[in-house]
Amino acid sequence: MSETSDSRGRNIRKVRPFLEELEAKPFWANLREHKLTAQRCNGCGMFFSYPPQGSCPHCLSTDYTWTQLSGKGKVYSFVNYHRAWHPSYEGKTPYNVSLVDLDEGPRLISNVIDCPVDQVTIGMPVEVVYEDNEEYTLPKFRPA
Amino acid sequence: MSNISGRYAVVGVAETKVGKRPDASTHSLHLECMKACLDDAGLEVSDIDGFLTNQPLNDAHRSYAVRMANMARMHPNYATDLALGGATPIAMVQNAVMAIEAGMANTVLCVHARKRGTPDPSPGNPIRHGDEHWEEPWGHFSAVANHAFAAQRHMYEFGTKSEDLAHVAVATRKHACMNNNATMRKPMTIADHQASRFICEPLRLFDCALESDGGGAVIVTSAERARDFPKKPVAILGMGQHHPHFSLMDAPTLTTLGGRKSSELAYKMAGLTPKDMDFAEIYDCFTITTMITLEDYGFCKKGEGKDFVKNGRIEVGGELPVNTHGGLLSQAHIEGMLHVTEAVRQLRGNEVEPERQVKDAKVGIVSGHGGSLCMHASLILGAL
Repeated sequence: MSETSDSRGRNIRKVRPFLEELEAKPFWANLREHKLTAQRCNGCGMFFSYPPQGSCPHCLSTDYTWTQLSGKGKVYSFVNYHRAWHPSYEGKTPYNVSLVDLDEGPRLISNVIDCPVDQVTIGMPVEVVYEDNEEYTLPKFRPA
Repeated sequence: MSNISGRYAVVGVAETKVGKRPDASTHSLHLECMKACLDDAGLEVSDIDGFLTNQPLNDAHRSYAVRMANMARMHPNYATDLALGGATPIAMVQNAVMAIEAGMANTVLCVHARKRGTPDPSPGNPIRHGDEHWEEPWGHFSAVANHAFAAQRHMYEFGTKSEDLAHVAVATRKHACMNNNATMRKPMTIADHQASRFICEPLRLFDCALESDGGGAVIVTSAERARDFPKKPVAILGMGQHHPHFSLMDAPTLTTLGGRKSSELAYKMAGLTPKDMDFAEIYDCFTITTMITLEDYGFCKKGEGKDFVKNGRIEVGGELPVNTHGGLLSQAHIEGMLHVTEAVRQLRGNEVEPERQVKDAKVGIVSGHGGSLCMHASLILGAL
């Protein structure tokens, strides 16, 4: 096993966001400025879900505005990974992955950090934290 | 439009030996089940005029059905690949019915083989669902985790426990122990399940399906023609599909899935209810999938799956035998193809090992479930 292959010798991609995705570029750019944003429809006023898309999932309007979110939300569900599916997670198990329902409506798959994995609960209030690296910024969440 | 319930039938089934097949590639496994299925129906390649495959993930040739047809020098008038994950085998049978009803084919061969138990070196890139870059940066990689999210919600909403899921695993294993073509044939206890390690908590190793090599196939034709075939035909009584979301990021709920609506449509077409089912072959990529689907299919109320699966109720001899072949959990994971072939063989009445034959089986329901809990197909079959 290595950074680029798994235990069966199959190629594994690097686990990074796809920053070039056309509709998602503003999402990643705004995160660099520590702003969590989502598309909001100028037609019906509803928020889009993630991943970003070219028209409103509720009314199909193509008129939308990237809108800053409060960064606050609640855990809808969570799991603890006890197995590392990717070499970069070796030695880091168990770790949390959560479905975080943001107060404005959209849901993200992310991590609850700064909290022992056995202390995370469904309904737990969380707030965004920004994890910067050289190329991009990931939104993660901590107990609020 | 008139109801087509009972107008079409399965006249051939086959499954390969499952488990580890290191010497057979994905396409070889396909050819193996195609031949076995033709033999079962007493047909030649030239008798087949419709052909359906399930786009394999690791043998990523485009137009797979046409490629496989050509490998057998079959020249169908109707062919395509379907891609609904574990809902595909049922969708293939449904599309076969539609192709015949539309007059595009008379005799349709549906085949799916899978190569996940041993390596299958392939020059192409494996097919992925496509939104991994919205999951993997946060360490989210697997189908286990998607279903663990659902299990966590089921536990939160209804008080379900890991020990309750164990009953699904134990009953399924019991059936695998009676199946000569099952991978896992060592009996399992509730304690064994509870001692198995967490893969993605709250799901343990024994909540998870196997990774297998193998395949299965079915042949569909009109009920009218079906009586001329050597084996007892099995009628297609009800069909349904429902696909309520794609990503978990837009799933309205994780505890009621597409199976509710899909089964309602199938029951309606068949004019039958859950009480009429003699057995159920329920897609079981994880134990929680079986439990949620049993609820969605109306065998018990939502949230009561944890009690329904106990006390032998889902075992052969019980009220509703479930996964009489050992399922994906203990027989082999061929994405539900063998749930379809098992239902047919149960309804033929003289093909499976006698100890796992459901007595007087007249009608059974089959479920298929795919993707991030987002795709569902249902099929009701009956003895003709």
